[in-house]
Amino acid sequence: MDKKDAKAWLYLLPAILFLGVFMVYPLIDVLIYSFEEGYNSASQTSFGVGSYNYSYVLHDPYFLQAIKNTFILVIFTVPISTGLALLISVGLSSIQKLRDLFQTIYFLPYVTNTLAVGLVFMILFKQTPYSDGLVNLVIQFFGGEAVDFIGGPYWAKMFVLCFYTVWVVLPFKILILTSALASVNEQYYNAAKVDGTSRFRIFTRITIPMISPTLFYLIITGFIGAFKAYSDAVALFGTDLNAAQMNTIVGYIYDMLYGNSGGYPSYASAAAIILFTIVLTITCINLLVSKKHVHYA
Amino acid sequence: MSNQNLYEKIEKSAKNRQRARNVVIYTLLTVWGLVVLFPFYWMVLSSVKSYSAYSSEYIPKFFTLSPTFENYVDAFTTVPLAGYLLNTLIFTVATTAIMLVVTILAAFAFARLEFRGKDMLFTLFLSLMMIPNELVIITNFVTITNLELRNTFMGLILPSVTSVFYIYLLRENFAQIPDQLYYAAKVDGTSDFKYLWKVMIPICKPTIVTVTILKVIECWNSYVWPRLITDDQAYFLVSNGIQEIRENGFGRENIPAMMAAVVVISIPLIVLFLIFHKKIMEGVSRGGTKG
Amino acid sequence: MKVVLENLTKIFPSRNKKSKEDVIAVNDFTIEIPDGKLIGLLGPSGCGKSTALNLLCGLQKPTRGKIFFGEDEVTNLPAENRGVGMVFQNYALYPHLTVLQNIIFPLQNLKGEEKMTKEAMCEKALEVAKLVQIDELMERKPSELSGGQQQRVAIARALVKMPKILLMDEPLSNLDARLRLQTREEIRRIQRETKITTIFVTHDQEEAMSISDMIIVMKDGVIHQTGKPQEVYDDPKNLFVAKFLGTPPINVFQGCVKAERLYIGDAAVLDVKGVEDRQVYIGIRPEGFVLDENGPLVCKLDEVEVMGRDITVVSKHDLCENVEIRSIISSENMAEVGTEMVRFTLKPKKVHIFDKVTEERIRF
Repeated sequence: MDKKDAKAWLYLLPAILFLGVFMVYPLIDVLIYSFEEGYNSASQTSFGVGSYNYSYVLHDPYFLQAIKNTFILVIFTVPISTGLALLISVGLSSIQKLRDLFQTIYFLPYVTNTLAVGLVFMILFKQTPYSDGLVNLVIQFFGGEAVDFIGGPYWAKMFVLCFYTVWVVLPFKILILTSALASVNEQYYNAAKVDGTSRFRIFTRITIPMISPTLFYLIITGFIGAFKAYSDAVALFGTDLNAAQMNTIVGYIYDMLYGNSGGYPSYASAAAIILFTIVLTITCINLLVSKKHVHYA
Repeated sequence: MSNQNLYEKIEKSAKNRQRARNVVIYTLLTVWGLVVLFPFYWMVLSSVKSYSAYSSEYIPKFFTLSPTFENYVDAFTTVPLAGYLLNTLIFTVATTAIMLVVTILAAFAFARLEFRGKDMLFTLFLSLMMIPNELVIITNFVTITNLELRNTFMGLILPSVTSVFYIYLLRENFAQIPDQLYYAAKVDGTSDFKYLWKVMIPICKPTIVTVTILKVIECWNSYVWPRLITDDQAYFLVSNGIQEIRENGFGRENIPAMMAAVVVISIPLIVLFLIFHKKIMEGVSRGGTKG
Repeated sequence: MKVVLENLTKIFPSRNKKSKEDVIAVNDFTIEIPDGKLIGLLGPSGCGKSTALNLLCGLQKPTRGKIFFGEDEVTNLPAENRGVGMVFQNYALYPHLTVLQNIIFPLQNLKGEEKMTKEAMCEKALEVAKLVQIDELMERKPSELSGGQQQRVAIARALVKMPKILLMDEPLSNLDARLRLQTREEIRRIQRETKITTIFVTHDQEEAMSISDMIIVMKDGVIHQTGKPQEVYDDPKNLFVAKFLGTPPINVFQGCVKAERLYIGDAAVLDVKGVEDRQVYIGIRPEGFVLDENGPLVCKLDEVEVMGRDITVVSKHDLCENVEIRSIISSENMAEVGTEMVRFTLKPKKVHIFDKVTEERIRF
């Protein structure tokens, strides 16, 4: 190795060191963990190699609950947040007055602490002995029946979780979509207008194809993000998510690792690899679908 | 002529439609604006209501005539909120600073220096971008535990300092600087490091600011890793702190005090945002992810 | 369809907050554009040509004044309902659609009775594509086409719905020189075949002169002159129009009229009957010079460019506003060119004089 090479490696050394210790090694290690049966974190020994960890995790009702919750969350929040963000961005880009103000307000949740604001959502939705909570009062005002969204029925808890997730992810999506919309050349709209195109048709035939790469990027990152949901749930329902029936896959991994039910890195590893497989599969499906429908300039 | 009447009708309906559209758009935008702002308002409002006032309101009031700051006093005295804030500050500053150094050096090597195995190594780096944090966090937890770094700043900071994505972002930016500048500096006898420090960093300042902003936001709000690695309150960051307050907080369910704590830990980033909102939004749209 | 503009005015409020001066992009246009002709809207860049076009197609609303298509007023009619075709400067072809999809796009917008079946649309598109000679390229995407081909697709898309009026914004500016010549002939041919009233905007006077039935010369938002190209060239109303039309450009001298004679310096170059004594600008077309050993106008010879049929004599004169005087002379007279000095007499028809202050034409 000559001097030039040595110097380059010196510049790279810190990054390689950190990535090696905290990313590459763990990546290999997690695979090993996931196949080591009966690993004991205290004595660091295991009985042997096999797929028992996977089988255990896949039969664990908590994990199945977590999978169900995560999938429901993904199925609802990704389309809703993307659609809503699109709607709001289109509205934003068609106005002049107050546009900057609205944009700034919409971005606010991005810079706030998920855990902290989650508490506010909790008190808004929660039913306590001394108050039904603001949301319930509104529901009652319109003649509905009060529900405890935090400690009550499953669907109500799921609703709050989805609502809060959408609230949290929307700022990023609105920002990205607004700048994508602004980058579409005005001339295409003018051409379409002169040709007598209706607004709806301009939107579906021109705007959407033009921003389709961005839209697609948001859908993919949205899927990945939603599959990794965790802290939103903690913010609303507390750390004992299994008890609240609100655990997510990521939550299950952490619970297996640490906390009241922790100490099982093997199970956590198996669950993490299952999660990774799911995300990878969904992303590949997304990519395949996009080849057909996304226009890359 | 008949066309003329038709045209007038079209003009009129176009005008009406435009007006209706504006009403719909502004209504929609305002409604969402309220949905976004309301939790913030509620949080501030609840934090200035006294405990007794809050608890006695079956139907919560939308304003208060006797604001009190006792909750804020509570938040700082009953629970170690100041400690959480200080920890988070130390964690954020240290992590961001180390991250910048590591990232800039690596990006510089990839963008500017020639060495054997560069392309292969860069490809390897890029492929690491696909690896989700959840996959490696398990081993990291075990590693940090074995190194007996739990409940230390080292344990908190070390695994959080590298980001392949930021290295990539910076490298792309560095690579845009014309080669001639580098050769000119070489001819003048400038060392590589000096060139990086005096030329590349100033030119790429916007990207570096972007990366810094994103990392600061990420650090301030990080929850999962600190939760795994700390169980001693003395090392809690704000996210864990607020969770702790929620679960064992003020001895009783003291929501106004809780809200005061929430306000306090939300304020630094919100103030930062209000001052730099143009830069932050620009930065996030260039290189942010969170979905 | 004929187009009538009445006092059409477009004022843009000043963007600069300090100077409250509004920009008058289009100032009091009153003009009647005859049916079925090719009209060139000509002026230097930034003179409001494109704004005028945008007012016509409805993308912008006028501040004052009226627009009529035929007998109908369309001043406030939205662009969607005007039924005009437009070719944009950068063509604005939808990059994600094929040529065919681009061309039938306007047809798919038709509603009610005008609605067409898919087959009818394709047939129609093919017909127009043949007209502009791109029927071989229907399945390509715009990015796979050359500039000239994109231009044709844009024209086809504008023509396909048989617009009442076709507007083109600098249709040739993005093409290279050779393609430009070819395409402008093409535009001429297509317009002749379709007989659609066509207005095109250009800053290139040669382009406008060569194919237009009528040109409108404008500057700073004001129409300076309208008419057939040759008429405007031969009979400019003011110094601007005279200077703007013609290549090589008209040669402008400072001069004066004394006792019904026109002087450049001390040289009496022409008799001008009925013109009062005054200071004037004298514009002499390149073809207005005649080599003459005894001619009154003496210029310092720079060089002679031989072009075959003609020669260009390049010379200098202290009172000439142009950097150099370009005169075009039949090559038969080549022998008469001297070595240091060159003397000319002038053809009265090719000499225009303008008031020094108003720059308006003075007839003689």
